Amino acid sequence: MNMIRRTRHFFKDMTKLIKAKDYAQARSKLKRLLVGMKFTDGLIYTLLIYTMLISLGYIYLYPVLYMVTNSFMTVQDIISSTVKWIPSSLNWENYRLVLDQINYFDSLKDGIILAALPALSATASSALVGYGFARFDFPFKKVLFVLMITSFIIPPQITMLPTFRMYSNYGLLGSIWAFILPAILAQGLNGAIYILIFYQFFRMIPKSLEESAKLDGASSFKIFTRIALPLAIPSIIIVFLFSFVWYYNETYLSGLFLRDSGLMTLPLRLQSFFNQYSSIYPEGSRARELMQAVKLAGNLLTLFPLLILYFFTQRYFVESIDRTGITGE
Amino acid sequence: MKKVMAKLRALGQKVIAWFVDIPENYPKVWDKVKVVGKGLSTTGRFFRKVGHFMTHNKVLNTTTHHVVVFGFLKFRITNKRREAVLGLSFILIWIIGYSIFTLYPVFNSLYLSFFKVRLDADGIQTTLVGINNFKAAFISDPYFVEILIEYVLEMILNVPVVIVFALIIAMLINQDVKGKGVWRTIFFLPVIISTGPVISELMNQGATTLPSIENYDFVQLILDNIGEAIANPIQALFDTILLVLWFAGIQILILLAGLQKIDRSIYEASMIDGASPWESFWKITLPSIMPLISVTIVYTVVSMSVFSLNEVIIYIRDKMLAESTVGTLTTGYGYSAALSWIYFVVMALLILIFIGLINIRRRGRHS
Repeated sequence: MNMIRRTRHFFKDMTKLIKAKDYAQARSKLKRLLVGMKFTDGLIYTLLIYTMLISLGYIYLYPVLYMVTNSFMTVQDIISSTVKWIPSSLNWENYRLVLDQINYFDSLKDGIILAALPALSATASSALVGYGFARFDFPFKKVLFVLMITSFIIPPQITMLPTFRMYSNYGLLGSIWAFILPAILAQGLNGAIYILIFYQFFRMIPKSLEESAKLDGASSFKIFTRIALPLAIPSIIIVFLFSFVWYYNETYLSGLFLRDSGLMTLPLRLQSFFNQYSSIYPEGSRARELMQAVKLAGNLLTLFPLLILYFFTQRYFVESIDRTGITGE
Repeated sequence: MKKVMAKLRALGQKVIAWFVDIPENYPKVWDKVKVVGKGLSTTGRFFRKVGHFMTHNKVLNTTTHHVVVFGFLKFRITNKRREAVLGLSFILIWIIGYSIFTLYPVFNSLYLSFFKVRLDADGIQTTLVGINNFKAAFISDPYFVEILIEYVLEMILNVPVVIVFALIIAMLINQDVKGKGVWRTIFFLPVIISTGPVISELMNQGATTLPSIENYDFVQLILDNIGEAIANPIQALFDTILLVLWFAGIQILILLAGLQKIDRSIYEASMIDGASPWESFWKITLPSIMPLISVTIVYTVVSMSVFSLNEVIIYIRDKMLAESTVGTLTTGYGYSAALSWIYFVVMALLILIFIGLINIRRRGRHS
């Protein structure tokens, strides 16, 4: 609304100025509009930002739009060459099929538990470890740091075989502990990258803040929980989000570790449903043609909870700034 | 019942008295311990007492300047030692976890890379072959070196593109734009999609490239007007950018979180001093998020390298599953373990080079 009012005012002023033949004033007013006081508040800059946002956003949005429109298609729409983007009718049948077949709400609950518990423990443990690496000096620190990064760089495909044998020796296979225990001990999925993120974030916090707390008699653990953690809220959020998404989307490890147990991540359940589906209906049948659309519907249904989670957590990004309170540095 | 309880209490007092060095006939042992944690809530007092007990007993006794272990090993507390103990206790869970969960798979795969490994129903059969696996990778294997070189060139081209785009997008959504939440959610899509099984499906269906570029003869237009020498690299760049952008999701978020931490008042101050937005980007934004850029470099290289559709990974996996012998080359788990350790060294070198490059720039500016 404000924008419209401002535009109307601008044109009114401009016509007045031009009628009065005050061209110098008009030119400066136009320049003020386009470039602004310091360029970042001008119209050119705003247009530039939105153009880039829209064009880059389009690249990411395109496959999702593709998934959404194609998931509504009926068999006729898929075969017909006239329908390319917009399906002839809003057909919820594909969604209903997936919802029924994979028992969506139950498996969603399973999937959330399977993702949230390891993600929470991974976040807590990697925050501790990241702080230890960032703030203290101890013997063999460099060696340990290199070992940590090494464990991340090694292709997981090759450590899979010994890992699997080790887990079966520990008797962890087939239970959720196969994910939680490593996460608690900071060895979860991509654990090293969480530690690295926390490490760099804690190093960005000015040291003087912690020193003053130390002078006031706070113990190291208290400094960590009361000062370092609240200042690193953005990093806590992204680490939690990443690990949640990773565990939620994980199919390879959970396929190996949770086989023969009742637990299943949502993508895994979807996969097994499609395997069944394609074994029932032979290649070339009408139902098989529909599978593409059903698949997209199923994928959208698995992605949807993550989008909601993100939409509600992203606002906390902004909350932790302006809390530092350090002056004169 | 009461008698039993009283006896138990007396026994407890004796045990505590032994640990805390109180004469056994001291009237109220609890009072002595009570000195710690005055003026706290009940739970607070309890934890303080437990904490005090853990550092003041016969096994470990802490005084102001010394730590006494078992009553005779006396260590002076220096600042350095205190810091080392504190630091180690923070990363203790990682050390335990590493030795339980990671140490064995990592070193077992390294160990097996020196062996010829056969998997059958009885388990694993190994024959020592020394460094033959590594030798064979470079000498007898017809494809591996070629694929590896291709991979390195690809990385050198792609990693900077990912980082630059991630930085641009992170800065865009860090602005005061309308509908911040919606934009941020859109740019979170690659995180969700590229970490799951959906990405391979979309790649198969060709949904990760923009059809408009191919359909509308965009490249042909450039080809006709400018000439092949310029058009081909442009096309290659376009193709990679679109694919590469899908790998930028995590990086965008890491950098966005970093940008959030920069104090706005610094920008205001620099603006009053007459700095242009361009200058404040190079002098404020970039130096403050430099540490996070090195994190994103590590992540970018690793995620692109261990992605399941990566050529080298596919090759290694194929060699792992196919057990055959051709001349001096015996494929199987042992050989593919050797290949992945070579691959690991190449990756580590790439990361070191990239991070080294950034740090050279930074040092240059400071001096």
